[in-house]
Amino acid sequence: MGLRGEAAIIGLAELKPERRPSGPARFTLEQWADLSRMALDDAGVSAAEVDGIATNAIDESSKFAPATIAEYLGIPVNFGEFVDLGGATGAGMIWRAAAAIELGVADAVLCTIPGLPSPQPPNASAKGPDYLGASSGAYGSPQAEFEIPFGNLAQNGPYAMIAQRYAAEYGLDPRALAKIAVDQRTNALANPKAVFFGKPLTIEDVLKSPVVADPLRVLDCVMPCFGGVSVVVANADVARRAGHRPVWVKGFGERVVFKTPTYATNLLETAIAPAAETAFGMAGIRRSDVDLVSLYDCYTITVLMTLEDAGFCPKGRGAEFVASHDLTYRGDFPCNTHGGQLSFGQAGRAGGMSHVCDAALQIQQRAGANQVSNCNRAFVSGNGGIMSEQVALVLEGD
Amino acid sequence: MEKPLPQPTPTSQPFWTALREHKVRIQYSPSTDRWVFYPRFVAPGTLASDLEWREISGHGTIYSFTVARMPTAPPWADSVPQLLAIVELKEGPRLTAELVNVAPESIRIGMPVKPAFFDVPESEITLLRFQPA
Repeated sequence: MGLRGEAAIIGLAELKPERRPSGPARFTLEQWADLSRMALDDAGVSAAEVDGIATNAIDESSKFAPATIAEYLGIPVNFGEFVDLGGATGAGMIWRAAAAIELGVADAVLCTIPGLPSPQPPNASAKGPDYLGASSGAYGSPQAEFEIPFGNLAQNGPYAMIAQRYAAEYGLDPRALAKIAVDQRTNALANPKAVFFGKPLTIEDVLKSPVVADPLRVLDCVMPCFGGVSVVVANADVARRAGHRPVWVKGFGERVVFKTPTYATNLLETAIAPAAETAFGMAGIRRSDVDLVSLYDCYTITVLMTLEDAGFCPKGRGAEFVASHDLTYRGDFPCNTHGGQLSFGQAGRAGGMSHVCDAALQIQQRAGANQVSNCNRAFVSGNGGIMSEQVALVLEGD
Repeated sequence: MEKPLPQPTPTSQPFWTALREHKVRIQYSPSTDRWVFYPRFVAPGTLASDLEWREISGHGTIYSFTVARMPTAPPWADSVPQLLAIVELKEGPRLTAELVNVAPESIRIGMPVKPAFFDVPESEITLLRFQPA
């Protein structure tokens, strides 16, 4: 069952995340095209080779997104995929592209996620509230009826309730959570593209930051910003002609379980567990075989629970694991070497793809100052909603 | 800024009608012997179409909670600290809840709670809040 590992990431383009956009607003279609052009340039492959696309929602068309993009790009495709997995969208695109390629449906697939604001129409009519985050306020949405009226919306509250339950069941050392943020900041200090480049952080800084929702503090939480990303996945033929070392997609797993964690069967057993098990089984490697992990990090608690549930340490021992390992690029367990979204920046749904890029750049030996020596295998996680949808990837160099 | 209110749907109306009478009524699936929340058209898991409405006490325990010191969204700007919780009903299902009549520092996981019906002024809606039992 699964992939043979014959499709590879061959190039990518990632904008430097920004707190406030420095350039003009661009339609998502324009960003889609521009990011894709840059990723193809990076791969050294022409647009004529592209015969597949994977996209998330675009602002300009609430339906027919793949067709609208294919038309706009002027590239007819054999594979027009719409991926709607929140923060897991990026990782979800990568395995879908690899699967289409191994089926022989497509040779080269663009996986692009714009993350800059798009222009508002001159006569913008009244929009719905823009504070809903991951929640849907539409009539008939369970969240509109049973979550939002109580203020249980967006992300902070529900993630805090996960952390609170974790603390009650296993104990939660705030210093371990803080160390995740600090180690990732150390990584960001070696990455000039990171939004927090040049801004050191200490455990005390994290512990002194204001409480958002018990037990999460400001510096446990990701800060949204702007950016965008495109990744090219291709078959072996194209990969051999590309300019960089191919990063083969050797295994994946996906698990989608609920929208609101109130309805989790067990709040502390996240869906990354079965997804990671599938991915490692498909790749035929052990946890100890990976040289790098890049774990979706909307909150520090997400990293802690992913380390446990993906099988890198026993359940309930995440804090101990974090305290006893160096998670930086020069450490014994490199994790989120780009800085993670916490310190690199979370450009909307493009943020999840930053972990794919982190792993790919490391395996291609072009990470820069934060290069991990002898990095050949990586584990990547994507997480959408509130631990709602999880994707695991195992990537490997030649 | 006004807080958003639920808009009952044809499927969920019996739940909201019961709350208006300060009663808690949720769905039950005889074929699976399971209680269901939130209201569904068919039973989750089996998709059985045997859901029926039954009145329950509304008693349960706190499964998890958070004290939000910063508002979760602009409509709650004047409502901090917000006492958000996941309540596990005696019958099994969990629901999202707001806690009232309790000091933030005394909230504990496992704490028994019971309904505190809140009739939203100038509306047809009663919200199901919870308080220590």
